[in-house]
Amino acid sequence: MSLTELLDLLGHDFMQRALLAALLTGLAAPAIGTFLVQRRLALLGDGIGHVAVTGVALGLLTGTSPTWTAVVVAILGAVLIEVIREQGHTNGDVALALLFYGGLAGGVLITGLAGEGAASLQVYLFGSVTSISATEVWYTAGLAVVVLTLTLGLLPQLFAVASDPEFARVAGLRVRFYNLLVAVLAAVSVTVAMRTVGLLLVSALMVVPVATSQQLARSFRATLLAAMVLGGLAAVGGLVVSAWLSARATVAPGPSIVLLALAMFAATWPVGVWLRRRRRLAEPFPIVAVDAPDSPDAHGVAGHDERAHDHRHDHEHGDDCGHPAVRHGDHVDYVHDGHRHAPHGEHYDEH
Amino acid sequence: MLNTAGAPVVEARDVTVAIGGRPVLRGNDLVVREGEFVALMGANGSGKSTLVRALTGLRPLTQGSVLLFGTPLHDFRARHRIGYVPQRGTATGGVPASVREVVASGRLTRRGLLRPTSRADRAAIADALEVVGLGDKAGDGISTLSGGQQQRVLIARALAGEPDLFFLDEPTAGVDLPNQQALADALRTLSGRGATVVLVAHELGPLEPLVDRAVVMRDGRIAYDGTPLSHEDVHGHHHPVDARHDHVPHVGSPFDTLAHDHREGDR
Ligand SMILES: Nc1ncnc2c1ncn2[C@@H]1O[C@H](COP(=O)(O)OP(=O)(O)O)[C@@H](O)[C@H]1O
Ligand SMILES: [Mg+2]
Ligand SMILES: [Zn+2]
Ligand SMILES: [Zn+2]
Ligand SMILES: [Zn+2]
Ligand SMILES: [Zn+2]
Repeated sequence: MSLTELLDLLGHDFMQRALLAALLTGLAAPAIGTFLVQRRLALLGDGIGHVAVTGVALGLLTGTSPTWTAVVVAILGAVLIEVIREQGHTNGDVALALLFYGGLAGGVLITGLAGEGAASLQVYLFGSVTSISATEVWYTAGLAVVVLTLTLGLLPQLFAVASDPEFARVAGLRVRFYNLLVAVLAAVSVTVAMRTVGLLLVSALMVVPVATSQQLARSFRATLLAAMVLGGLAAVGGLVVSAWLSARATVAPGPSIVLLALAMFAATWPVGVWLRRRRRLAEPFPIVAVDAPDSPDAHGVAGHDERAHDHRHDHEHGDDCGHPAVRHGDHVDYVHDGHRHAPHGEHYDEH
Repeated sequence: MLNTAGAPVVEARDVTVAIGGRPVLRGNDLVVREGEFVALMGANGSGKSTLVRALTGLRPLTQGSVLLFGTPLHDFRARHRIGYVPQRGTATGGVPASVREVVASGRLTRRGLLRPTSRADRAAIADALEVVGLGDKAGDGISTLSGGQQQRVLIARALAGEPDLFFLDEPTAGVDLPNQQALADALRTLSGRGATVVLVAHELGPLEPLVDRAVVMRDGRIAYDGTPLSHEDVHGHHHPVDARHDHVPHVGSPFDTLAHDHREGDR
């Protein structure tokens, strides 16, 4: 396709709608994604995406707008995932997996029942340039604005809750409310992104730009804003690439958007490695290892200065504490810094 | 040094906590008065953190009651009045954050929703960093700091809301001596400003001179509450020559010390 043909294509109404939707998606997805990465829930978006497939299928089955059924089901799924996570069940992991696969399988099954082929679902799984109607662009824009307003407006609160929920609770923040809000906003972003990157790749747009921007940024706010810029660039760029390739083959926009985002990550990675190295070299020497109390031989640190000695008794001598055990009459001593420690209640006697 | 004149800031009555059906705190009474510097001590697992978490509302009580500034915990809304430093709190998450951002979280108790940071907020954040001696690190990434410095950032975070009452859970554990000294200096400044401090520590180290009162926990109960114990009293050798030594009061050793023939041990 020549450049003029491409420009001609980009001038079409449907293409401009798609570009607008892509831009908003590219901004909103990484904004909420930054909080998911902060909470180490990078794959939450993926889980919600899978659940949303059932929502789309329900729309196809009932003849209502799949956008709205997807929003509703994605929000329900996100809340359920958050509740399971909060309860901290030991098998929470498995519960989440059940939800993910149930969502995907249910979606494909219901689509079949609706008498639709895989092709109609494909549009939602990997995005599509041409399928976006004018009304859907407005829905998308409205939802994206809601996500951006809340994430940017509540950034200090969301940051505090995501980085230290216990501290946030003592500070009087309603931690559960904010966690649910993040889950709901993530669900909304997933539905916003459904038309452009598609449900199966949406998580990449939430996470990859964040991974890229944190290579270079030092602050949370800078990471978030840079991720939005990168996400916007990747979404718009990927859409144009897929339109350009469409002369030769049918390429869904989702894969090209995600590959572009990954290319940005690959390009900044060496810079990040270099920056981290430089910062490390600038640091002063640490005096004592920070995690000293956890390491088996923490008490060796400062010779046998009396105070340092007492300070390092943060572990209980035992079978595998790293100190040789010696039988001494009716008890066992642990050889420590050239002398013996006999456990006695909460401290050690020197024998 | 014991301040009995100040108004009670913390009033805990019969505080009992069970975790998973197992009693962890049993019927503890504790009153802390305005301006006091209380060290909460005891062995690992004796319930110090759980007591602090019960006092801050993080851990629901099975029985008993807690009043903060005269208000039952359940109705306590003046959250800006308390500052909390969690045990082994980590300042780092999955995304980089600057020291200033972490400290600014502590200011949220005094900031409304959807409001930009005011001049007073910025001044309080800068002052908090100054008190812990990290004024020049505000723009640095938190993950580039040493563990002791990160601990000081968490104290600055608690300070940023300008609270009157601090709960610090083992701020010195695993922190090197120069950083412990810096922490002690920061706490001296706070205490000098009239703040009430409840500090959990296994060992006091450089904090020892600041402490007005020691509360020693043992097996979920307060075993001693009174004037600070010397290092020797808590951790020194107190083996009576008498062979009936039964290890019981152990940490409540001032009485032990009086009652038994004290042998300094073989140090
Ligand atoms: N979240 C928890 N789940 C189960 N047991 C706990 C929990 N938190 C504390 N405990 C138990 O309560 C007891 C007291 O713990 P803690 O208050 O952390 O002691 P300390 O701070 O004095 O070391 C310990 O036996 C510990 O195992
Ligand atoms: Mg503890
Ligand atoms: Zn050992
Ligand atoms: Zn020793
Ligand atoms: Zn021995
Ligand atoms: Zn002993």
